[in-house]
Amino acid sequence: MSSPERWTAARPDSPAATAATPTAEQVIAGLRATSEGGADLVQLLTPEGERVTHPDFDIDIEPAQLRALYRDMVLVRRVDRESNALQRKGELALWVPLLGQEAAQVGAGRAMRPQDMAFPSYREHGVAWCRGIDPTDLLGIFRGTDHGSWDPIEKRFGLYTIVIGNQVLNAAGYAMGQRFDGKVGNSDAEGNPAADDEATMCFFGDGATSQGDVHEGFVWAAVYDAPLVFFCQNNQWAISEPTERQSRLPLYQRARGYGFPGVRVDGNDVLACLAVSRWALKECRRGNGPVLIEAFTYRMDAHTTTDDPTRYRLSDEVEEWKLKDPIERVRAYLARNGLADAAFFEQIQEESDQLAVRLREFCVNIPDPPPDRIFANVYAEANPVLERQREDMLGYLAGFGGEH
Amino acid sequence: MPQFKKFLLPDTAEGLTEAEILSWHVKPGQDVEVNTILVEIETAKAAVELPSPFEGRVTELLVEVGQTVDVGAPIIVIDVDPNGAPAPAADPATSTSNSSDAANGAVPNLVGYGPKGAPAQRRRPRTAAAPAPVTAAPAPVAAAPVAAPAPVAAPAPVLAPAPVALAPAGTTGLVPLTKPPIRKLARELGVDLAALTGSGPAGVITRDDVQRAAEAAPTPGLGLAEPAAPVPAPAYDPATRERRVPIRGVRKATAAAMVASAFTAPHVTEFLTIDVTPMMEFRAKLKVTPAFRDVKLTPLVFAAKAVCLAVQRTPDVNATWDEAAGEIVYKSYVHLGIAAATPRGLVVPKIRDAGQLSLHDLAAAMDSLATTAREGRTTPADMVNGTITISNVGVFGVDTGTPIINPGESAILAFGAIRDMPWVVEGQIVPRKVCQLSLSFDHRVVDGQQGSRFLADVGALLADPATAITY
Repeated sequence: MSSPERWTAARPDSPAATAATPTAEQVIAGLRATSEGGADLVQLLTPEGERVTHPDFDIDIEPAQLRALYRDMVLVRRVDRESNALQRKGELALWVPLLGQEAAQVGAGRAMRPQDMAFPSYREHGVAWCRGIDPTDLLGIFRGTDHGSWDPIEKRFGLYTIVIGNQVLNAAGYAMGQRFDGKVGNSDAEGNPAADDEATMCFFGDGATSQGDVHEGFVWAAVYDAPLVFFCQNNQWAISEPTERQSRLPLYQRARGYGFPGVRVDGNDVLACLAVSRWALKECRRGNGPVLIEAFTYRMDAHTTTDDPTRYRLSDEVEEWKLKDPIERVRAYLARNGLADAAFFEQIQEESDQLAVRLREFCVNIPDPPPDRIFANVYAEANPVLERQREDMLGYLAGFGGEH
Repeated sequence: MPQFKKFLLPDTAEGLTEAEILSWHVKPGQDVEVNTILVEIETAKAAVELPSPFEGRVTELLVEVGQTVDVGAPIIVIDVDPNGAPAPAADPATSTSNSSDAANGAVPNLVGYGPKGAPAQRRRPRTAAAPAPVTAAPAPVAAAPVAAPAPVAAPAPVLAPAPVALAPAGTTGLVPLTKPPIRKLARELGVDLAALTGSGPAGVITRDDVQRAAEAAPTPGLGLAEPAAPVPAPAYDPATRERRVPIRGVRKATAAAMVASAFTAPHVTEFLTIDVTPMMEFRAKLKVTPAFRDVKLTPLVFAAKAVCLAVQRTPDVNATWDEAAGEIVYKSYVHLGIAAATPRGLVVPKIRDAGQLSLHDLAAAMDSLATTAREGRTTPADMVNGTITISNVGVFGVDTGTPIINPGESAILAFGAIRDMPWVVEGQIVPRKVCQLSLSFDHRVVDGQQGSRFLADVGALLADPATAITY
């Protein structure tokens, strides 16, 4: 029986699929394939912290860079856990945990260059961190005091998108624009892109792949050769729906149908995520976009703080993934190879504690926005209708004598 | 100097109004750090743990396990400066909150109840004077012996400290049907809507209902100034040599379900004793095959399979009496309930579509079900919509019993202990593996003929698994 991975060519540069209709056996095998890592999983650091090589996607990395990735992941996880606790204390209305997805996000985020653009969903706290957005800036959305307080143009990181998959369309359009503006493919004689060539990265989850918006984004980006890296974090659960109810094929193989390469990477391996993302971004800058990356990972916590995953998934699945923790494997590798000492790990711990304190204090001290702010940020200039509505609302609120 | 902070129950899931206290993880006198888990609560959406917002020493737990608490009500007091020297004025360095409410120790949180103080607190005067007026009858002790004219219901003793709203006993837990202005009125008058029966169309609670309930309630000033003291936790009274335990949780649900079943469904129980030696031999054979190596192949699994098969011939036992619709609902699926004794009491988790599972998959499903139940993680969703139930009384070494049907179902099979017993085979008394089955069925749906056939079928399948090939 041929393995499902061979229905379509897995290598990004191999020719298009020549396979005829899959046999019933292959279809069944494909169904099973959605729940496994698969033969084509790119991995450079095993869960046990052993460095392995890959023929297509290897990476040279300095110890200092690896330590920096470790620091990123630890701090991002601390931000996540602290914010989750703030929700449980009633200080945030909602939090969207990223626990377990640190490597996918940090690997992708650190592969981007300053001029690249990113479009997140609502779980991309790790990518935000890599784009230089202070974690405190994420809190307003979840406390209900703003809709995102960073400048998406300056930070090259779009605002969080709550509508599932919608950002894929925005990203496709943006990347098409990069191409129309000639910011792509200014390669030298050796085919290396120019230093200021750009690409876009779009983040979404396995659940979003069932959305029409994502399909449309794939189609547009493909036919316009947009420099767009579709970075799908397959965390196995679309709220309560498992991946096998999203797709018969492994998600990365969907790319073949749109005519661009798809790669499945171990989403809990920060080195592999970095290597594959770098490769994909480079291809996009050279004008060979788009590319789909499926980061195979796991959502260790609930979908949001409102969700209770024990109602629909088994705890031994979670226990199994605990063994594949993205941070532990880097720590093991660093410690075992003498690339970091105890003082380093203590210092990161200390830094993470300080960050947690800063986050807590910032959160409880966010001032409530004035009620009329809603009228200030809709139109660039005031207009009489809006003015009247604003006056009416303020008058109505004043009727409560400040007790509303 | 001691500085007391109250932690108000937060809304952990976007729009909740209340939560039940499942367990306290701390006790008074214990030192806690920021993010130490204080308590586990269960909301309509999830069971979650709440971390401490403060570092300090627990002074007091304000609510008890089992209580349903309004969002915004204080649940714990923590002294954030337990070792500090006495000081004449508040120490600015330790006042953490950004709000004037910090003055009274209540730290505001975010959603649903702004910094102006919890709604439960605002209602305090009325609820304190007459906790849930319509239901207050038995609680006030000496002061006003006749102060309770015609209470609508007389539920469990009121044991709430004032700011806590108890889930009234005897209600379904559904939101009472009424209109927003009436809800507001009820809140102002301190009337508990959940305790009212609506007189409007389709049971909608009207303005008159609320006003009548408010008038019927004992008015403040009758000597009820003190709120009823909280009833202490399960307490042994040496004088009476009795121990009183509040009825709640699984016990309460079990009681309600059993009473409902026993007094609506006319029960008939039949018994059958069978020789299951061939089944036990077959089981021993299967257990060593590779296909069954990964599951626990208990006799109960065979009983489950036998029930699923026998249901095919007698669908009546898998049907439901729908009194309201005047119909009998025959189901072409089997959601098999397995009664399990757990530390929390009796729970009956269901195996969905058990009729479509192979023996192996049944065994696997029952194993995971039992583990989940024993760990107390069976969710409410796992326990509803069964179609037929097996009660494995055999695990307690008991031969048989007269089980009570799960409400909504029409039959329940008790599976007794399997023992070595003298048995007559071809005129000789030989030791055999013998077991007793009993089947209770709802005579509204199932007649003696169908019930007997079903029981005989199950018995035949267990006595000789080869019978299954005829199905």
